[in-house]
Amino acid sequence: MMNFDYVRPATVAEAVAAASEKGATYLAAGTNLLDLMKGGVCHPSRLVDVTRLPGLDGVEYLADGGVRIGALVRNADLAHDAEFVRAFPSVAEALLSGASAQLRNAATVGGNVLQRTRCAYFYDAPSACNKRWPGAGCDARHGENRLHAVLGWSEACIATHPSDFCVPLVALDTVVEIEGRSGRREVALEALHRLPGDTPQRETLLERGDLIVALRLPAEARGFAAHARYIKVRERTSYAFAVVSAAASLRIEQGTIREARLALGGVAAKPWRARAAEQVLAGVAPDAAGLREAARIALADAKPSGDNAFKIELAQRILVRALTLAAAGTPERIPALPGSPFSSVSGVHHVA
Amino acid sequence: MSPEINLTCDPAHLRHGSNIGQPLTRRDGILKVKGEARYAADNHPPGMLYAVIAVSTIARGRVTFLDVAAAKRHPGVVEVMTPSHKPPLAEDPDGKPNPFAFKMELLQNDEVRYANQAIAVVVAETLEAATEGAALLSPQYHVEPARVGLDDAKSYLPPVVGIGNPAEVRHGDVDAALAGASNRIEAMYETSAQYHNAMEPHAIVASWDGDKLSIDTPSQGMAIAQMRLAGLFGIPPGNIHIRSPFLGGGFGSKGLVSGPQVLGIMAAKLVGRPVKLVLRRDQMYGPVGHRPPTRQTLRIGTDGEGRLTAIDHHAKVTTSTFDDFYEPAADASHTLYASPAIKTSHEAVRVDTGTPLFMRAPGEATGSIALESAIDEIALACGMDPLDFRLKNYAEVEPISGKPFSSKALRQCYAKGAERFGWAGRPLTPRQMRDDAGFLVGWGMGTATFPALMFQAQARAVIRSDGSGVMESGAHDMGQGAWTVLAQIAADGLGLGIDQVEFRSGTSDLPDAGIAGGSAHTATAGAAIHNAGAAVIAKLADLATNDERSPLFGAGNAGVIAREGRLFRRDDEARGESYTDILKRAGLAEIEASGGGAADPAAQSNYAMHAHGAVFAEVKVDPELGQIRVTRLVGAFAAGRIINPRLVQSQLFGGMIWGASFALHEEAVMDHRSGRILNANLAEYHIPVNADVPSLDVLTVDEHDPHVNVLGIKGVGEIGVTGSAGAVANAVWHATGVRARRFPIRIDDLLMRLD
Amino acid sequence: MNFSISLTVNGVRREIELDDPRVTLLDLLRERLDLTGTKKGCDRGQCGACTVLVNGRRINSCLALAVSQDGADILTIEGVSRGDQLHPMQAAFIAHDGFQCGFCTPGQVMSAIGLITEGQAGDDPERVREGMSGNLCRCGAYAGITEAVLEAQNTLTNSDQRRSA
Repeated sequence: MMNFDYVRPATVAEAVAAASEKGATYLAAGTNLLDLMKGGVCHPSRLVDVTRLPGLDGVEYLADGGVRIGALVRNADLAHDAEFVRAFPSVAEALLSGASAQLRNAATVGGNVLQRTRCAYFYDAPSACNKRWPGAGCDARHGENRLHAVLGWSEACIATHPSDFCVPLVALDTVVEIEGRSGRREVALEALHRLPGDTPQRETLLERGDLIVALRLPAEARGFAAHARYIKVRERTSYAFAVVSAAASLRIEQGTIREARLALGGVAAKPWRARAAEQVLAGVAPDAAGLREAARIALADAKPSGDNAFKIELAQRILVRALTLAAAGTPERIPALPGSPFSSVSGVHHVA
Repeated sequence: MSPEINLTCDPAHLRHGSNIGQPLTRRDGILKVKGEARYAADNHPPGMLYAVIAVSTIARGRVTFLDVAAAKRHPGVVEVMTPSHKPPLAEDPDGKPNPFAFKMELLQNDEVRYANQAIAVVVAETLEAATEGAALLSPQYHVEPARVGLDDAKSYLPPVVGIGNPAEVRHGDVDAALAGASNRIEAMYETSAQYHNAMEPHAIVASWDGDKLSIDTPSQGMAIAQMRLAGLFGIPPGNIHIRSPFLGGGFGSKGLVSGPQVLGIMAAKLVGRPVKLVLRRDQMYGPVGHRPPTRQTLRIGTDGEGRLTAIDHHAKVTTSTFDDFYEPAADASHTLYASPAIKTSHEAVRVDTGTPLFMRAPGEATGSIALESAIDEIALACGMDPLDFRLKNYAEVEPISGKPFSSKALRQCYAKGAERFGWAGRPLTPRQMRDDAGFLVGWGMGTATFPALMFQAQARAVIRSDGSGVMESGAHDMGQGAWTVLAQIAADGLGLGIDQVEFRSGTSDLPDAGIAGGSAHTATAGAAIHNAGAAVIAKLADLATNDERSPLFGAGNAGVIAREGRLFRRDDEARGESYTDILKRAGLAEIEASGGGAADPAAQSNYAMHAHGAVFAEVKVDPELGQIRVTRLVGAFAAGRIINPRLVQSQLFGGMIWGASFALHEEAVMDHRSGRILNANLAEYHIPVNADVPSLDVLTVDEHDPHVNVLGIKGVGEIGVTGSAGAVANAVWHATGVRARRFPIRIDDLLMRLD
Repeated sequence: MNFSISLTVNGVRREIELDDPRVTLLDLLRERLDLTGTKKGCDRGQCGACTVLVNGRRINSCLALAVSQDGADILTIEGVSRGDQLHPMQAAFIAHDGFQCGFCTPGQVMSAIGLITEGQAGDDPERVREGMSGNLCRCGAYAGITEAVLEAQNTLTNSDQRRSA
């Protein structure tokens, strides 16, 4: 990798200042950044090590029932935080379905949100990629693209966002707290990641120097704890990125869905919230026909970006599955194979 | 014992009696679990520099510019080796001094013939500097269009396939038999390019001292490597000392010394200091071999009773544009099923990839998944259970040659495997079984087979007057367990307990143990060791039986036997004496003898020699989502004499996992425009993880084979891959009713056809 | 630019002068501290061969910058046994033949020790398999690995109970 300056600021303000220079980037665990640097995909001239910044590594349960997760909290720590698992089981399941135990032990939640696509052409430095080199073109568009986007893609970019964690987070209206050159601000996670349009190099709303300091789940998100699942289809049983995944969270009263939260992973450049489908589920019983209809609506705008029409069908089926399992009840314990279709623990209900 | 290969005596070492047939734990186990087993890249001689290769990002063309100055400016960079700046070679790397010499890219010119080919080497004080130096070369190219697929070039009839096998073999009249068949199937199967991906990347630490070369590098064939390197560098083979005590896996990719390993030696010569060169994982997708993609067509016919009348197996394979290796996929149909008419044939296309090479069960693996799938299809066409069909068409003699088998306990494998698996009662038609959670359940089977080969090996045996023994043979332990099983054979050969025998192995200054490949290493090196032991015991017996002072005097025709450090009269075991007494009386500190192992030509021409097995697989398939999991694999194998059941089980488990991986996971995805592999990593080139393999079961069936070699060993390294891949594919069909004809089976192949 | 960092490696505190910020923890261990038991299989967090414990947690040392580990407590395979006394996990790997070529083994053993410390898998083979899925084994020794982890888990649990009794 290219040589770089390494700085380790003591405060958030120092960090923001250090990262505001051209070519600078934040380093947390480095599980994605070092991979990209070793692959010649990105070449930062300065790494601003934020791992020692005070106050960013705690999970704070707020008085209003929400939770504030410091950006430096490790994926594994959040996934194994007993109160968090009880309140937000689908988020924990998503976390545990991702990567490996080693990576989850190191990777931070802030880094997870900002991980880059696994598009092979993005990673393959000689290939044309508008993310890496705006205007260069997209070699994925007519290349090997069976795993690429079916929603929200453009001619400029058909990459998908690889995070599992973000899928239930976006369904549950997570808010991102950002510290930047002009102070602190908040954006909805759903708005953080951008669709590619003509500027796929601009992957998020973050500006130079912006540091994610926390993620905040609102109190209402706890209301889905009894009926929440994350399901992920993979090409091997574990340690693989999603072909397609879905997070489904339901609030069910007297056999009727009062409120539904749905999101898909592996289908677009961002974790994909399926609001229209949520709306048709509100007030209906979770029967097979209703779930199928919701899934159809969720993918109504989907179109293949290449050899990947199957993902549209798969996404619908996985939504139905996630909804079905969520309706059956959150399992008492996170399944042995988190997120896996082979994890089914039917009939056991979660104690929320 | 050489100091760097200090095999500690093992406190956890389970020794249930002695030697051959005993499930000893690995003698190198302690070193391995403590991280003390020294692999090539763990060496660090004083003054060592780091070399990193720069590789081409195009698949065909020429390098027109390298920014050597930029690389050299990078702090720590010492030297940049390029086609115009490199030490001379004594031999053309594109020459073919022998049939086992494959062409290499050693910076002989500016030509690029595949992606990931070495185009320069940067040497630096640190790994970090060398890595960045290589990136700074920023090569420019004259690019020509890449040809990478099976349809991208005109095909031709290869001169031979595998190691000297004819590309076309005919036995009987296949076309006539098919025309008259009561049941017929014709199907095309495609298999993907696969890469060995041993966990240990190819590595070398090379030091020159004048015209003497010392290297640490993983090798499955040190003697062949020594010859090749001697030719390339113009020095006597004896000047080259190779240490390869441990290989972090080989699977064929370390059978022959590869271009990058030679570049490490060249770099050391150029800078006059020791150099370490280790391939990056992505750089292993090109210069160190692979299993080529195949497209295979099978036509099979039977009579009205389900007896085979014809098997026609045709395989199209790729090789490189500049060299010849042809995966002998269709040859899998030569030996298993008793068809009166068999035809096998191959065609090849030249593509812009590295040259394919032997990869665990080369030909057998690719051919087996197609053949076993096709047998499943024809059994169904006949309305027969797949096991009944195989039994009905059981080959009592080798079908293609008419030779009797030296031994063949396949029928027992079928029976024992089926019983353990619980095959009886399997519904004939697919999609009949579900588990409690609603997953589709399918059962499939495949027949496993692999030839019992013998190469050539030497060993040297010593008995010392203190009663201990030494056995030397430069064998290769790539995980199969040579350190353990060959020591077991050595101990029995010397009539000693295993802890009284010092087994020296893993370096090139020992007698040549032959190549560790073809599942033949234990048989070949084992035969040499056994014979060396017998020879030294014979010398010792001569001493005793000719010495009036020995209780064995005059044993002559009756003969002696060796056991536990003593010789006994065969006809009177009360009469015997210790090795120590015999040698001391003769005034000898030690006595030595050599032995060899090789194929017996008479037995080879009289018998067909193969290991066999039967593999049964259970898969579960999500009925809506199409994700597949192999939930059970049961394999029953007959592979001659088993030296160490514990290690044999591990080898067979490993092979079976490779079979499942072949059917469901492994695939190099190539961009057809650039010729670059897009998943040249371990994240998206999927090999099974622990969670993919919930249940494995191996049974072995005893076979006493007096013909195959002196120890009756057939080898177990590769057979596990065969049969297993087809069994998994057939189980997927049985679960879903969807017949996959492209491997690995993808979710997309099932999804739309599941309802 | 030089960086002074302090690491405790296998119980020994070491002051390290790094002349290069690019050095990963893995390369620091292997190339500069002569601790070559930890292996490099992919260098990209995709195989687990480089697994070590950092502050008691298993991570991939190939994706950790050494300079960023300043102050950390590192346990590598070289620090697991006490002289000739193998750690129960190491002994169980030998007894169950949880390896063949041995190259992934240091990472497997460190990962398994980390898994037991995490306390999530218990004696459930499926959870052990999932928890060990970050460590690839191309030889296919998974069955032995799972058995070894289960046995060591049992051994360690029993010895904990004996200690607390």
